Amino acid sequence: MVTVVHENLESTEAKMSARDVSVFYGDKKAIDNVSIDIPTEYVTAFIGPSGCGKSTFLRSLNRMNDTIPSARVEGEITLDGEDIYSPKLDVVQLRARVGMVFQKPNPFPKSIYENVAYGPKIHGFAEGKDELDAIVEKSLRRAGLWEEVKERLQDSGTALSGGQQQRLCIARAIAVDPEVILMDEPCSALDPIATAKIEELIDELNGRYAIVIVTHSMQQAARVSQRTAFFHLGKMVEYGRTSDIFTNPIEQRTQDYITGRYG
Amino acid sequence: MSLTLLLLLALGLGLAGWLAARARAWSFRRASPNGRLASLPTYHAWYVALWIILPVLIFVGIWSAIAPGLITQAVLTAPAADQLPAFGFQRQTILNEARAVATGAAQGVFNPLAREFVEPYREAIGRYNWIGVIVTLAIAFLGGVYAFLRLKPDFAARNRVEKIVMAILLGASLVAILTTLGIFVSLVFETIRFFGMVNPIDFLFGLHWGPDPMSNAENPDSSRYGAIPLFWGTLFIGAIIAMIVAIPLGLMSAIYLTQYANPKFRAWVKPALEILAGVPTVVYGYFAALTIAPAIRDFAISLGASSASSESALAAGLVMGVMIIPFVSSMADDSIAAVPQAMRDGSLAMGATTNETIRRVLVPAALPGIVAGVMLAISRAIGETMIVVMAASTAANLSANPLDSMTTVTVQIVAMLTGEGSFDHPATLSAFALGFVLFLVTLGLNFIALRVVKRFREAYE
Repeated sequence: MVTVVHENLESTEAKMSARDVSVFYGDKKAIDNVSIDIPTEYVTAFIGPSGCGKSTFLRSLNRMNDTIPSARVEGEITLDGEDIYSPKLDVVQLRARVGMVFQKPNPFPKSIYENVAYGPKIHGFAEGKDELDAIVEKSLRRAGLWEEVKERLQDSGTALSGGQQQRLCIARAIAVDPEVILMDEPCSALDPIATAKIEELIDELNGRYAIVIVTHSMQQAARVSQRTAFFHLGKMVEYGRTSDIFTNPIEQRTQDYITGRYG
Repeated sequence: MSLTLLLLLALGLGLAGWLAARARAWSFRRASPNGRLASLPTYHAWYVALWIILPVLIFVGIWSAIAPGLITQAVLTAPAADQLPAFGFQRQTILNEARAVATGAAQGVFNPLAREFVEPYREAIGRYNWIGVIVTLAIAFLGGVYAFLRLKPDFAARNRVEKIVMAILLGASLVAILTTLGIFVSLVFETIRFFGMVNPIDFLFGLHWGPDPMSNAENPDSSRYGAIPLFWGTLFIGAIIAMIVAIPLGLMSAIYLTQYANPKFRAWVKPALEILAGVPTVVYGYFAALTIAPAIRDFAISLGASSASSESALAAGLVMGVMIIPFVSSMADDSIAAVPQAMRDGSLAMGATTNETIRRVLVPAALPGIVAGVMLAISRAIGETMIVVMAASTAANLSANPLDSMTTVTVQIVAMLTGEGSFDHPATLSAFALGFVLFLVTLGLNFIALRVVKRFREAYE
């Protein structure tokens, strides 16, 4: 069975593209033959029931699966045409270009300032304290957190509320000036108000970064994304404009899922 | 009749009670219209058995403490008692000999007078044994009957049994605490006696240590009881040299094992490291005294050091450091492993290398746990006796040169207590004062370590 890709998609330049990608955990195939182009212009959402492999696929886009010893990736994933699994490519550089925000906010137990400055410091982006200050402020502003924390940058990042922590994690990811931001269910641990703020933020970041978001909430996918891919049992079932996927799906399984028949 | 037999008797009675009560509960169950009891028959059985065994155990405990006194009282009513010396060593020897013959532990006596008491002893022991057995039986019977009569179909036996078991568990946990308290009190008493003879200021701040057990106990020379050289030696060997070895090695091994080692290697090395913690310290002592100390002395001499001692602080400290590695390593390992995977992922996803992640995120986040581990290790090191007894010297020496011989608090405690001085002499009593200081210091370190660990645990919840 092949993925149904809607035909009315205008041709865009792909920031990242996956060709025939399969991911294995030991002998178990978690992702089966997925091909997709991820454009910079749009927010791409991965939806699907639990265990369908959408997070696994997301994690293979910045090689976070490398941290799991039994994981293995087949096929080709490119960033600006460069194979990210090539032995020549430095995974450190890759992850600086493809940032990630996790399901549960995971600020480091350091100050707010240190959390944001972490990436620029390890990658040597800033030459002096002033430059670092500027990067921290810019990142916090972009993440919509500056006004709330500018008076207490030295407070611990873990002392913030859940929603603020998640925006801090987004600021932290932005600080290394990535080209792609991967978000793995970024709102699943947040209340509706904090969720609304994150979704607003995703809207603002759209266009500046290629954004891929994995979500359980179909409403969220409908609200924040312009492209949607539906995953089921390790396969990508259907990919198209978000509006089409939700109003006019081609595959029966997509239809069943978005109308709430399962998942 | 001996203690063992009394206990066996109690257990036998308990078993009988157990069986009888269970049979009775089953008969209730058969008789009841819906076949239900408030508690299962087993709980009825345990209720009765506990009511038999516990009072008997308490009685046996008390009886075995007071019976010898009662027996001696009885013996002293014998006519020959008038000829006994009124007090003291002789009187005691005669009575002991007589008792030994009466119980069959000895064949003859040295003291002719003792022969007079053999028969009274035999008689008294026999009489009190019978009293013991009869009272035991009576108590077991009364307890059993009381409990048995309370059994009813709606009797909440399970709740009672659980309460009794809880009380037993409480008692068990109190034993350790009360023992600690007892140790503390006994140390305090002896320490107060010592400080009655030697000025505490001289003891705590004096720079010269050289108690003479043969000196006049009535008028001790306070200036010979300055413990600073001992405190310094203890700190230098246990908290400085040993930690210079143990902290880096323990920490690095923990980092390697949690972050780099493949699971097979870890599964093999971690238990091996923990076995190291189980090696008797006397074995480390041999190693320090026979291998490390001479090697260090030879090395120092080959470098041109003139004062190299074969009982150097360095040898004891190095080996103690090796002994402490598993403590530091296992605490650091636990606290690094307790840092959530999300922290590690977060850092790696920023493009940090494993090395940067460890240095900048994992170790800082695990620091409270690591610090707690180090403090426990220090308190263990400064209380360590065997290695320093074997490898360090007994000469108190206030020096910063690790090649000098030095002594520690624990070494001096051993030296003072195994000497020939009497227990009234300040030199001997100083061992208690030293022990008291050591006890307070390690208690303080453990307390701080536990507080640190507690705060650390709250950080991720």
